[in-house]
Amino acid sequence: MDYISRIGVSTPRKESWDKVTGAAKYNGDIVTPNALHAKILTSTHAHALIKLIDISEALKSDGVQAIITGDSFPALSGPMIEDRPPIAKDKVRYFGEPVAVVVANSEEEAMRAIKLIKVVYDPLPVVNSISDSIKSGATLIHENLGEYHCPVEDVCPQPGSNIADHMKIRKGDMNKGWTESDIVIESSFSLPQSDHLAMETRNSKAEILPNGNVIIHTSSQAPFSVKEELSKIYNISEGNIIVRVPLVGGGFGGKVAVDLEFIAYLASKTVGGRLVKVANSREEDIASSPSKIGVEAKLKIGATKDGIIKALECTYYVGCGAYADTGPRMAKAIAVNCTGPYNIENVQCDAITIYTNHTFVTSYRGFGHTAFTFCIERILDQLAASLGIDPIELRMKNAIAPGNLSPTQDKLTLSNTGNLVKCILRLKEIMNWQEGSRIITDNGMIRAKGMSCFWKTSTSPTNASSGVILTLNTDGSINLNFGGVEIGPGMKTTIAQILAEKMKMDIDKIHVVMDVDTQTTPKHWKTVASMTTFMVGNAVIQAAEDLIQQLKNLGSIVLKCPPDDLDIKDQKVYLRDNPEIYAPFKDLVHGYQYPGGSSIGGQMIGRGSYIMKHLTSLDKETGKGKVGVSWTVGAQAVEIEYDPRKYTYRLLNAATVIDVGKVINPKTASGIIMGGMSMGIGLATHEEFLYNDSGILENTSLRTYKLIHFGEQPKYIVDFIETPQIDAPFGARGMGEHGILGIPAAFANAISLATGFNFNKLPISPELIWKTMTGGRYDTF
Amino acid sequence: MLEVLGTTVLTLNVNGEDRKVVAKPSDTLLYTLREELGLTGAKPGCENGDCGACTVLIDDWPIKSCLMLTVEAIGKKILTVEGLKNAPIQKAFVENWGFQCGYCTSGFLMVCHALAQIHPDADDHVIEEWLQSNLCRCTGYEEIENAVKAILKKEV
Amino acid sequence: MIPFDFEYYKPTTIEEAVNLYNKLKSAGKKPIYYGGGTEFISMARMHNVYTEAVIDIKGILECNIHELKNNELTIGSAVTLTNIAESNFFPLLSLTVKRIADHTVQDKITLGGNLAGTIIYREAVLPLMVADSEIVLASINGERRVPIMDAFNKRIQLADGEMIVQVIIKDNFITLPNIHVKRTKNEKIDYPLITIAALKDNNKIKIAFSGMCDYPLRSYIMEDILNDNTVSSMDKKISNAINNIPGKVLNDISGSSEYRKFMLHTMIHEALTNFEEVN
Repeated sequence: MDYISRIGVSTPRKESWDKVTGAAKYNGDIVTPNALHAKILTSTHAHALIKLIDISEALKSDGVQAIITGDSFPALSGPMIEDRPPIAKDKVRYFGEPVAVVVANSEEEAMRAIKLIKVVYDPLPVVNSISDSIKSGATLIHENLGEYHCPVEDVCPQPGSNIADHMKIRKGDMNKGWTESDIVIESSFSLPQSDHLAMETRNSKAEILPNGNVIIHTSSQAPFSVKEELSKIYNISEGNIIVRVPLVGGGFGGKVAVDLEFIAYLASKTVGGRLVKVANSREEDIASSPSKIGVEAKLKIGATKDGIIKALECTYYVGCGAYADTGPRMAKAIAVNCTGPYNIENVQCDAITIYTNHTFVTSYRGFGHTAFTFCIERILDQLAASLGIDPIELRMKNAIAPGNLSPTQDKLTLSNTGNLVKCILRLKEIMNWQEGSRIITDNGMIRAKGMSCFWKTSTSPTNASSGVILTLNTDGSINLNFGGVEIGPGMKTTIAQILAEKMKMDIDKIHVVMDVDTQTTPKHWKTVASMTTFMVGNAVIQAAEDLIQQLKNLGSIVLKCPPDDLDIKDQKVYLRDNPEIYAPFKDLVHGYQYPGGSSIGGQMIGRGSYIMKHLTSLDKETGKGKVGVSWTVGAQAVEIEYDPRKYTYRLLNAATVIDVGKVINPKTASGIIMGGMSMGIGLATHEEFLYNDSGILENTSLRTYKLIHFGEQPKYIVDFIETPQIDAPFGARGMGEHGILGIPAAFANAISLATGFNFNKLPISPELIWKTMTGGRYDTF
Repeated sequence: MLEVLGTTVLTLNVNGEDRKVVAKPSDTLLYTLREELGLTGAKPGCENGDCGACTVLIDDWPIKSCLMLTVEAIGKKILTVEGLKNAPIQKAFVENWGFQCGYCTSGFLMVCHALAQIHPDADDHVIEEWLQSNLCRCTGYEEIENAVKAILKKEV
Repeated sequence: MIPFDFEYYKPTTIEEAVNLYNKLKSAGKKPIYYGGGTEFISMARMHNVYTEAVIDIKGILECNIHELKNNELTIGSAVTLTNIAESNFFPLLSLTVKRIADHTVQDKITLGGNLAGTIIYREAVLPLMVADSEIVLASINGERRVPIMDAFNKRIQLADGEMIVQVIIKDNFITLPNIHVKRTKNEKIDYPLITIAALKDNNKIKIAFSGMCDYPLRSYIMEDILNDNTVSSMDKKISNAINNIPGKVLNDISGSSEYRKFMLHTMIHEALTNFEEVN
């Protein structure tokens, strides 16, 4: 097939047919009869000293090869603060924390043996909430907080406290802001911890070869982090670590943390390097592996009577559970974007990362943005109600615009931010806002609409980078190799589309290396932050240009003309002024052979790379600096039908209008947005970790941790605005996470409007509505 | 009386073929399909019957293979995703973007395929009832709904 | 993955099954009768149940009977919930079983398995209770046919080695006006916050509950209150009935006891109103 432009064309995923035939292989699908199996014994206490671990009975159990504990290979891990032993040592800090690992011939023998390990705990007072943790005299979760090594310079744990980090934003003059405000509103907000719940639970395999190579097979969004962290913590040369990642069954941020890879490596090490497999059960995946942050926040907002926001003061306590992982980075993301996509000149924000005796956290779709979006968008609705202004109108008045400064005082442009007002206006139309946002229907139900805007930037490391290698087959087709992991959003295909467009060739002649192997795949920072299309897209454009140059150079010899007279299309290098004179790629890419045999050129390899530019670290006192190359803005709405007799609701419609710069693959893009919205509905209505008084997580299975099922979803409406980002591939902004961002807020706004009560806590269950409105006693019925 | 007292060679009818497997009574069908036969299309997602990723058809009806013992499948017709040879639902999933990460897909395909065979005239209510047996974390379910409706309307 | 080994037997007669049980028990194998196995497999994985021998009753003819004959509906204990729903002999039972677990799992769960389950809801018993059904049990001492209201006290009361063979429902019950309401915390596929199943028989309401207490129940006292025609206020009757729940109202992560009572009130209200409209 000849070249047709693939930009803006719905293109099925390259791996589509593998995924509908069962042929697609995920990490656990590679059957390895030679593998030993590791099973993890996890803590039954939320906070306790480990007095004794008796493994003697377990060691005698059939099939057991070895048992390791935190004392076997002591080390501390963590990307921001090295505070976490992969297996607990001396004490446990959350329910579900790994305490011992059994390596056995089979999974069932390992399962049997872990039951025979006796652990004696000496319980400590449990820090069971953020408010417990920040009380004066609170029990310390990390007694030696001041002694931990922090691999990043801008994270500073506070010794003698449960504070992992404190991030500040100081912009403008708060006194001026309050003075100019005619109205000031204050509110508190609460969002619980919850789970990523990728359908594929985390699982890893490790073996250590006689030559010293450590081979890790894992389900990860960050294979290069696995390599780098293993290297650092266990002092192995990076070149000796090879991490292989096939298709991943969903990530949502949860597979960014290096977690089971440590356990698999230690397990293999303890049995002489044999291949060892470790896989989480669903219960372990929920309770033991990292989860989403919990947040408690207080906001105070001031505005003129016309609805111009003059000041915002906010305090966010970001609960990171027992270990920091990327918690401080999510607190930073909250702080640096705390205003939402609104122009507020006077801003004060403190985002404090707090340890508790809950499951530790890691990145989660939205990277903290969902939390502050909930708070700011709820308080905006409260402000709108107090001022008697339509919530949409209030947002239009304050919408961020070119020339405004972000909370970190970074200058916004149309290119780096997009057009929020256009998104809002389109949303208004889609949601038929003019019919009213609260309507009582004939059967006594209340139909209510709530909306929310959002913005998100990457808050990546300032040196995050990506690379692409293009190799060629003798038929002139291209192999595309890059380090982004295919976790679901189809970015392997998106990048192939970009390459096909640059090379002006049939996408079917582009073969994507689907798996990642850190030894042979160029590094991509991590498959996170909605940055893969942007970063790898820029790298692949560079690689394509590199390849085109090579093709033209050789073509100029073969076709006897200057390189600049040549162009490429349909796998041919041709003379621009006479396309009938051309050389096909297949005659060039592995060297050109003259009649008679002598050859010139040689194998072509295209290479491209990208590194984030102009990002800076932030001023410690004011937060001034640049945290991301761009923002993506949008507006969302949820329409519900509320039953005032039963205090229940039904989701009718949910809409997103997002300025993505350029839609590369429309169906894939709207699918990703819908998926995000679906997760947002989960956070809004269902999902939360429920801890009992002893800090034990009570909903660790899908029987009690509920996801929405088929048929309960609203009708989704997704629309795109295209304001190109100049430095992005074909103008395309990041959009992978964004569908989730404003949905909880829009839903809470709709419920608050329907009920006349303010709902500032998630999730909003019918029982919560009933309790809030009646006081929660049956006899008030 | 059928008795299986320990590890035994059993014959299972899988995807139209009689296959010999080594299994013991406590092995789940999911385990045998994956580890003995290498049919890894059925996935473990919870091993508790909650997510549906391991769904296969037993005598044409969907069953969560994590909640079935291998010995219970003796004498029955087992169909896994690998045995769906160009079933309309596969194309419908591709054309309707019915998946992202693809981990839940095999299970959804089997339920949809069985539904179309057993209730070709299924209405929205029946579709919902059947498909509520499976969980998907990536999509908004709308794409899956479009796919199953496409095959029921015979558009694929 | 079940972390222990057991033997598997699939007898073809009741006699074979009960004798086998006895023999395996004497051999110290802690045998269990096995129906659909969904609860057994999920509990075994979590080390919450142990056996060295399972006796699968799905090969026994009597346990697979599913027929309406001689004014009686007989449903074997090995009949699956899907089969009950698809055959739809007893609409109230069909409605109830169609809301247990999910559609796929319903094709594995058997009627006997749900009745004898460990999980506290056992919703399939509710229609059987209000239909004054009988249950046939078998052991080495022979078979006995007992009213379900006698055999079921919080859970099925089985003698050691006794298995459920069948449930028998008089056909006059199956056509009575009926209502099934299930409410969950938030998600349709979930354990019940409350499930009710009710029949209207000669102007008397018969009603049974799951999720209200930590066992399913039908209370004659509550029924008497609800059927008391001297009280005209429906709300008053319902409140009075709720105040006479013969047990502690469940209070857990699915819902507080106060909320359950509120929910129960609205559900009974719905049921009574519905029955009034039928008149």
